[in-house]
Amino acid sequence: METIFDISRPGAKAYSLPPLDVPGKPIGDLTPASLLRDEAPCLPEVSEGEIARHYTNLSNMNFAIDTTFYPLGSCTMKYNPKVNEAIASLSGFSNIHPYQDESQVQGALKLMYELAQWLAEIGGFKKVSLQPAAGAQGELTGMAMIRAYHKKNGNPRSKVIIPDSAHGTNPATAAMLGYKVVTVPSDELGGVDVRSLEGLLDEEVAAIFLTNPNTLGIFDKNVVKINEMVHSVGALSYCDGANLNAILGKSRPGDMGFDVLQFNLHKTFSTPHGGGGPGSGPVGVNEMLEPFLPVPLIEKDEAVGAYFLNYERPLSIGKMKAFYGNFGVIVKAYCYIRSLGAEGLSHVSDIAVLNANYLKTKLEEAYILPYDVPCMHEFVLSAERQKRQGVKARDIVKRLLDFNIHPPTIYFPLIVDEALMVEPTETESKETLDRFADVMRQIAEEAVENPEVILTAPHNTPVSRLNEAEAARHPRLKWQKD
Amino acid sequence: MDFVPITDQDKNEMLKFLGIKRVDELFDLSIPDEVRMDRSLNLPAGISEHELLRELEGIAKENVSLSDHVSFLGGGVYDHFIPKVVESLISLPEFYSPYTPYQAEVSQGVLQSLFEYQSMVSELTGLEVANASLYDGATSLAEAALLAHDITKKNEVIVSEAVHPEYREVLKNYARGLDITIKTIPLKNGQTDISALEDMVSDDSSCVIIQHPNFFGCLEDMERIGDILDRYPTLFIASIDPLSLGLLKAPASFGVDVVIGEGQSLGNKINFGGPNLGIFACRKDYIRRVPGRLVSSTTDTLGRTGYVLTLQTREQHIRRERATSNITTSEVLNAIAAAIYLSYLGPEGITEVAYQCLQKAHYAHDKLSEISYLEPFSDTPFFKEFAFKSERSVHEINERLFNEGIIGGLNIDRWYGQYPNTVLFCVTEKRTRDEIDRLAAIMEAI
Amino acid sequence: MTPENLLYNKEHEWVNAEDNNAVIGITDYAQDALGDIVYVDLPQVGQQVKAGEAIGEIESVKSTAELHTPVSGKVVEINQQAIDSPEIVNEKPYDNGWLFKVELSNHSELDDLMKAQAYEKYTKEL
Repeated sequence: METIFDISRPGAKAYSLPPLDVPGKPIGDLTPASLLRDEAPCLPEVSEGEIARHYTNLSNMNFAIDTTFYPLGSCTMKYNPKVNEAIASLSGFSNIHPYQDESQVQGALKLMYELAQWLAEIGGFKKVSLQPAAGAQGELTGMAMIRAYHKKNGNPRSKVIIPDSAHGTNPATAAMLGYKVVTVPSDELGGVDVRSLEGLLDEEVAAIFLTNPNTLGIFDKNVVKINEMVHSVGALSYCDGANLNAILGKSRPGDMGFDVLQFNLHKTFSTPHGGGGPGSGPVGVNEMLEPFLPVPLIEKDEAVGAYFLNYERPLSIGKMKAFYGNFGVIVKAYCYIRSLGAEGLSHVSDIAVLNANYLKTKLEEAYILPYDVPCMHEFVLSAERQKRQGVKARDIVKRLLDFNIHPPTIYFPLIVDEALMVEPTETESKETLDRFADVMRQIAEEAVENPEVILTAPHNTPVSRLNEAEAARHPRLKWQKD
Repeated sequence: MDFVPITDQDKNEMLKFLGIKRVDELFDLSIPDEVRMDRSLNLPAGISEHELLRELEGIAKENVSLSDHVSFLGGGVYDHFIPKVVESLISLPEFYSPYTPYQAEVSQGVLQSLFEYQSMVSELTGLEVANASLYDGATSLAEAALLAHDITKKNEVIVSEAVHPEYREVLKNYARGLDITIKTIPLKNGQTDISALEDMVSDDSSCVIIQHPNFFGCLEDMERIGDILDRYPTLFIASIDPLSLGLLKAPASFGVDVVIGEGQSLGNKINFGGPNLGIFACRKDYIRRVPGRLVSSTTDTLGRTGYVLTLQTREQHIRRERATSNITTSEVLNAIAAAIYLSYLGPEGITEVAYQCLQKAHYAHDKLSEISYLEPFSDTPFFKEFAFKSERSVHEINERLFNEGIIGGLNIDRWYGQYPNTVLFCVTEKRTRDEIDRLAAIMEAI
Repeated sequence: MTPENLLYNKEHEWVNAEDNNAVIGITDYAQDALGDIVYVDLPQVGQQVKAGEAIGEIESVKSTAELHTPVSGKVVEINQQAIDSPEIVNEKPYDNGWLFKVELSNHSELDDLMKAQAYEKYTKEL
């Protein structure tokens, strides 16, 4: 499609402003000439109708959770309730300023206070900060607290242990805090190999970074033991909360012995992902790490029943972002938990896990199932057999697009060759799951009988396969006049 | 309410297919008894949509919205006018409900919108490379400092005290594990003290960070700072207000190497301070070290133009511990809102918005200068914010204003203890002469 | 397929040694495994390198691989064409797609490398 710049014509405009109602001064009297532009920036010149049509047409080129099944493993693409969008845009939430006096924003503070308490209960933690802007920032916050904790005890330590099945954010986060990453292999059931872990643990280990259930969708049965081993050398245990959708009301990371966890509100708690954000990644911690939480913490003065921003926390790591967190997202997660309650959340995990196991069983003949154990909310298949037939995972996912299905996550976790990671979520019907299974089986048959149809897919998308190599060799990151 | 479409009959069929009797068995098979919850979560019981709306509308009313009050608050997020076309378009579920555009063929809408956003940020800043967003201005600043550290291999970061105090706090956190020393350039008359900067900067400095307009609303002497930094292998990082660039020169023309900023004012609601929009743009030379997503145009198998995420080997999912940053989810929807808003403004509109901010802020400044207990914080040129020292308690002034439906300026002594009772006013294009006159009249009468 | 006149290491790099100089590149197996190569990061001319050490990087669209040097010495030349048009490494890995040239400091290191037949056997077992 043409860009907004291509449809720009001199003189076209959309904006309207009231006329300046104060006496205007010559601009040269107000601003040094050396700082002023010679000419206006070259932005598109278009009418409002053209803007509406352009971006609406663009939006139609996207798959989205409202239009397609989206079993993107590890991303928990569940339905985003409409009412939550409506509530978040109420002016009492969307049009309040972070520097208003606390007395003017008691509703917002109360909402944040309560959500933090609910998340603490769900995760089994002492206290939660809603400040981190996304999951990866939650990780950074958690690791920064761990570092501060060790530093206070005399030595920040130098290493972080991370399983070979981990999300890439985990090692990237550890490195941002100056830690050396040590990889621990997985055992034959996809859990942490406990014997290898034993050999890696020493007094220089600051923490272990675990995901449980892990990225194979498997609950690590040794989790308690692992956390005890980690604690025995004075290290702490971080849980990547990306997979919380499997265990709501079933098991709590805090009870498993984890010291800190980030919640992904844009996954488990149904806030929309916005095509790549905004997200929100609150962190929950146990007693030991509580003093290190970012400031401000939202607290309640029980005596007067008022909520306030507490900056008086001498051991706090400080701030991770400006202001208090992605409040617009936080409101939606609050609404979600409030709507569902304890029973509803537990039902979410019931059905998320049921849907995943149902699909896994339906697909285990057509594809290789490298870890043949009951799964939690997601599972990983391998397209190794299809690869030998000439089509790779990356081709299979393109074929899925022809059926109006968003593909699973591919080539992750790294320990599975030709991985296809499927997470159906609880908001999909049995009919949708059956259709997906049928399509996946059809593609497996096509891999034998007609691989060409897979290799040339997708066939009816707005564009066909794009030349990513050309883009990486010679990136064109901005519009230029022909 | 749980939004689950699986009926009891579906469930029974599925359980039968799996050869089990109860869903619980799936959890029994996976989760060891010792960590299985033996009670329900202690949360309020779920409610219907109707009850939810009523309850949340009640909570929203416990907040004082800027929709019903006249606000002179700034300090990083701003009350600019947002046209309905922005809100309407980003409320399309095909924009707000996809995941990150990993499958380019079915994500062209998000990808092309981001490409347009990048193009607009490049145009405003004058830099060749703009990414598809970071979390907010503060984290963009911290990431810029990490980029400078990575490129120069120097451990010293020099930051002006006139940079937003919260941004500087975030910087400290991001520098935590990396053996980075942060030095702060003091203030002089509301500006960065340039002679102090000249003394501090050396071949060992990885970067110098300046905000322009700065936290006090003042314009910095960008030309002179650029000239000084030219003499060192030090990156010049500028934190900007994107709307000011309707009038102010593109930062690249002063030799700025990395521009960061808060993009909330580009069509995004204030939302109590989040989500915001981290702007990040830099010279082409640093393209392989940029944090976050980059969208490139390319062609498909039929030669048609299309868009993809590119240079992904910089990112955590490929390079892991050697990634340029751990960021993945950023603020894409806010970036799309910014692109729509900037298309709405066009060259004339952005100039006019900036011009009206400038004029109205100066009108307000003149008015407030007449008040006996106020004294201008500095006589440096400013854009849409300015500070006054007050002989009266800012708290009391603001209470009085609030009773009259006005949210007054920001008391900055929580960060700048050396300037007690100093108040920072922000005047955007939304403020009217009448509102400014009322502000002045009420304050005058105190 | 695998040129007989070259020597190979387990990191899938080849060496063409003549007198005091050795030209180094990556093998056909390596370029195929990486896929479309989009970027090569080579050592500096004049840099002293040690056998086995990682001295650069090769990137495809979705992966990165370290580039090692199979031999020690001083880098005397790098292939600018590989930097400007990295696709040449895919197209002609043993030829125009060479990467850098080293002035050998220790000829005996060549004895540790595999001959074509041994390398082929090695890759078949992977």
